Amino acid sequence: MSPLLSLPTAAQDPSDAQGTRALDAELVIVGGGPAGLAAAATASETCDSVLLIDDNPSLGGQIWRQGNAAAPVAAARPWLDAVAAGNVGVLAPATVIDAPGPGRLIVGPGDGRPEARNVDVTYRRLILATGATERFLPFPGWTLPGVVGAGGLQALIKSGLDVEGKRIVIAGSGPLLLAVADLAKRRGALVSAIVEQADFKKVAAFGRHVAVQPKKALQAAAFARSLAGVKKYFATWPVKAYGEDLLESVELRRASGESVDVDCDWLACGFGLRPETRLAAALGCAVVDGRVVVDERRQTTVDGVYCAGEPTGIGGVDAALLDGRIAGQVAVGRPIRGGLRRRGRRSRRFVQALDAAYALRPALRDLPEDDTVVCRCEDVPWGRLQAYDQMRDAKLKTRCGMGPCQGRVCGGALEILKGFRPETARPPFFPIALSSLASSSAPCGDRAEGAVPNASQTAAGSPDADDSTLEIEP
Amino acid sequence: MAELQVHIDGQAVAVVPGTSVAAALLNHGAFAFRRSVQGTPRAPLCGMGICFECRVTVDGRAGERACMVICRDGMRIETASSRSASSETAP
Repeated sequence: MSPLLSLPTAAQDPSDAQGTRALDAELVIVGGGPAGLAAAATASETCDSVLLIDDNPSLGGQIWRQGNAAAPVAAARPWLDAVAAGNVGVLAPATVIDAPGPGRLIVGPGDGRPEARNVDVTYRRLILATGATERFLPFPGWTLPGVVGAGGLQALIKSGLDVEGKRIVIAGSGPLLLAVADLAKRRGALVSAIVEQADFKKVAAFGRHVAVQPKKALQAAAFARSLAGVKKYFATWPVKAYGEDLLESVELRRASGESVDVDCDWLACGFGLRPETRLAAALGCAVVDGRVVVDERRQTTVDGVYCAGEPTGIGGVDAALLDGRIAGQVAVGRPIRGGLRRRGRRSRRFVQALDAAYALRPALRDLPEDDTVVCRCEDVPWGRLQAYDQMRDAKLKTRCGMGPCQGRVCGGALEILKGFRPETARPPFFPIALSSLASSSAPCGDRAEGAVPNASQTAAGSPDADDSTLEIEP
Repeated sequence: MAELQVHIDGQAVAVVPGTSVAAALLNHGAFAFRRSVQGTPRAPLCGMGICFECRVTVDGRAGERACMVICRDGMRIETASSRSASSETAP
């Protein structure tokens, strides 16, 4: 059993009511999805000082979300067992809220518990396995209750949402739509339509990359069987959701211009996944085209910082596991086994093919109307954003991206709508309680030792402890 | 599996252990988790702690992400439909 470390509370630490507890590890891994678990399992074979941080209550990431199932997902079990056998320290639910300098992270409670204290984590090597988040695009009606992300619906079902007998339209883009449809159908939902914005021809061409990988081909065949009776649209996307205070129907538009209205209880809509790169960027790692730049060894442009899985390009669970194993070997100074290196190259080609097949069509930029809310935290409509060319200007003038999600939703939309580039995150990387902020300020000890009172605290930046890989195998 | 009991806007509701607060509210038919700045009802979007649309009051703590909190027996959950949870900024 691996040591499950919880954040200290004031009650447990009466002598240190303001204080920050310290933890040190040779290797710290941020994100406990497939990439992070594989990295932890692999590294801990030869390194006895590994700490894994995740912001969910249990490990596995989104794809292996344990939810209210009594037992872990079968595919996750060997990795969870290996992590336990390797004596890996697990800090969860815990979120990285600051990276005040090289080799150091400030970690706060992942579930907002005001009584929990921060932990000051120091490390020699760091593996970022922060996963991906879903990309959303605004369209009229998308803020209505009943409109959720595709990955969002999947996560809600796994955490106990009852969809039996509910009419569900699943729309957007990417192989995740099929996985969500399959799950909803197995839980008794009536999947009214699967609506993919990409052209059938492109998706069919991508199928060739799937066909050569036995595991993926089997899964694709299983989805095809499970979803045989479900209406599937290609080159089609949602343009408007209708309802008073609750979703009633959705209007779909085909590339031909034809419209289709579908009544539904849920519209699950996501336009692919977006690598979660905030922590990497805040640590100074190069991020190009939305992906963390890594070499074949999964080394980023910052020495001693590695990155595995979705942040380096959306490739799904197998790519993430492979990356995690490679990064886990390299980070503890072991050579990469030849076979692993070869498979790593092939999996990167899969990532590129996936990107090309499901590229978002320009017509999606015309979805929002002037009064369509783009920033859901601050209710900033599209009409107020059109004048700006940079995220920073839009933020300062309209408060877009200034709410609690810190641009995690509207930022991904504005990348597509306006070509905005994401801004480097500044700490705290996640909204935190004031008590948490107080306990992350420079401890007195720093000053006693003559350290500069934490100027770096506000200068550095970084991440959020992951929300790992979503289910994306086609 | 033995059920546990939570209170949603004052009403006792039985839930399966392991259920998130977000799923419990939706299963109960409580779709207006919070009201936006402009006053429109909002419910979960991302389901995984990113979007902050599902903020509710849990055991008196405002602004909790319903998707990230697992139901505990006796938990008191207040949504925008409950008057006491209607103001996000107070006190």
